[in-house]
Amino acid sequence: MTETIASIALAVNEKLKIQKRRIQNGNSTTRLSLVTGTHGDELEGQYLAFMVGSFIDKNIDLLDGIVDIYPALNPMGIDSITRGIPMFDLDMNRVFPGTKNGTMVEVVCSAITDDISGSDVCVDVHSSNIFLKEIPQIRISVPTAEVLLPYAEMMNIDFVWIHESATVLESTLAHTLNSRGTKTLVVEIGVGMRITKEYCGQLFQGVLNLMKQLGMWKGKTVPVRKPIISAGREVGFVNSDVAGIFVPFSDFGDTVKKGDHIGNVIDPLSSKVVEEVQAVCDGMIFTLREYPVVYGGSLLARILQPMQGGEDA
Amino acid sequence: MKKKTLFSLKSPYREQLDVIGYSFGRGKKALAIVGAMRGNEVQQMYVCSRMVQELKRLEADGKLAENCEILVIPCVNYYSMNLGKRFWAMDNTDINRMFPGYDQGETTQRIAAGVFEQLQGYEYGIQLASFYQQGIFLPHVKLMDTGFTDPGMLKDFGLEFGIVRKPRPYDTTTLNYNWQIWETKAFSVYANATDEIDEKAACEAVNAILRFMDNRGLVSTKTPPGYRTVVLDESETEQIQAGAAGLFFSTVEIGATVEKDDILGRIVDPFECTTVGEIRTPVSGTVYFAYHSPLINEKTVCFKIIK
Repeated sequence: MTETIASIALAVNEKLKIQKRRIQNGNSTTRLSLVTGTHGDELEGQYLAFMVGSFIDKNIDLLDGIVDIYPALNPMGIDSITRGIPMFDLDMNRVFPGTKNGTMVEVVCSAITDDISGSDVCVDVHSSNIFLKEIPQIRISVPTAEVLLPYAEMMNIDFVWIHESATVLESTLAHTLNSRGTKTLVVEIGVGMRITKEYCGQLFQGVLNLMKQLGMWKGKTVPVRKPIISAGREVGFVNSDVAGIFVPFSDFGDTVKKGDHIGNVIDPLSSKVVEEVQAVCDGMIFTLREYPVVYGGSLLARILQPMQGGEDA
Repeated sequence: MKKKTLFSLKSPYREQLDVIGYSFGRGKKALAIVGAMRGNEVQQMYVCSRMVQELKRLEADGKLAENCEILVIPCVNYYSMNLGKRFWAMDNTDINRMFPGYDQGETTQRIAAGVFEQLQGYEYGIQLASFYQQGIFLPHVKLMDTGFTDPGMLKDFGLEFGIVRKPRPYDTTTLNYNWQIWETKAFSVYANATDEIDEKAACEAVNAILRFMDNRGLVSTKTPPGYRTVVLDESETEQIQAGAAGLFFSTVEIGATVEKDDILGRIVDPFECTTVGEIRTPVSGTVYFAYHSPLINEKTVCFKIIK
């Protein structure tokens, strides 16, 4: 059943509609919400939403509960390859919980928040932007880690990044829902404007496993990966110090040593290498730049350091 | 006057970005004024350029206070201005959502960090601000209420209204907020327009800043008489949403005094030219914000009224 949870008339002969699909079977009211498309340039969740919905459709008897799929919180952004909401300055994920009496976007965010609130678990799927590629990971703030980590470990992802909380992040959908008691996991996979079928498949198995653990899936599931947890480890950031074109030598998921030569920033005009990019620490590359043009400061890689005491990452 | 480069950034193929500052007087860091941080803030840059002229004149006439240095940065982000983009063109990030910045971070974090380093230590800070919605404001001065700056100082600008805003989470990365955290008394001056020049409003903003400087003892100058500023909390203003979508026609001027139930505008079906909505004010007061675009979506905040 498809429902419209928010509808706002646009200027010329069109409505902005935020839609969800509810799939329900059995007696249980346990509810999982699968949410994606907050940023219009992040498309990995599109394929995941399709995979989950179509698989449940074919195996509906195995479902005992409610799965709500929200594939496009920002339909105009998806339609126009725009990260934010077109014609609105603020990132949609900085406007939650919204308000019923505010701007159009605040009204939409308020309706979304109200609709998802009360789910047993919400999975909020993001891709990286067009500049960076990320291994399948879940990001959790320190204050919510104790509650959310057990659920994150069910999701068949490679990495759980527990990060410090920041005031500016209090306006995200995840923070809003977690503060209202709806357990919400933020997933980051792949790269912007693309679909990485391998990662979507991996996360699909994670969603089924989560449903199984919540008691709402009676079908078989595959054993899930044990993710690396960032707690007790540091993350090293490799930024470009110069402007030019970045050409990586290392690959995604590689384990590197501090000082390893992981790429060059080149200047095609002078035919010179303007920066030899080195690993800032030992560890595993879990973020790598995809888009080659860089300024001073552009993020090139993130490296997860080993546990203190020398264990490999 | 000293013209100096405060921060530089190289690009792969364009000329280096140099953030230019103009300093006047010498001694204690008294006031910093910042203009365009977005590529469409032409009015904000223009007001700062007018301030450069005024301060040159005051400095030449010996009208600056002793032991007092004033810095003006007309434009931080002219890279985007030259491309016709509002935000940083490469990644569409907003420099004014990156403060206090991070010198080892992403490009706009580095720009924010480099500029903020130069802006610290001033007793007063004024940002020429623009709003995130399309529309025009009555010239006014705004204070983000962090508890650091005395709202009474808003009166020193002599603008009609001084508005105190309670910061939301997304405000905590703006220049105004972080200035105050670093103990600069910070104000945002709204000079009506953004991507076009409104000469009258620019004059009003320049006079307001000069009046503030005179009242604070930074310069000695005469300005046209100002208003007895009404200082109020933003929550005391009334936001009016559009009840329909279509073509938008405002029937009131910015600054107009309106009575409860007055019609402020109407919305017309874009294909059939029939009226699909009237916008009436639920309160009496002064119109201080008006939406400014021929097309309007439902629920858009189209007027704000100071009750």
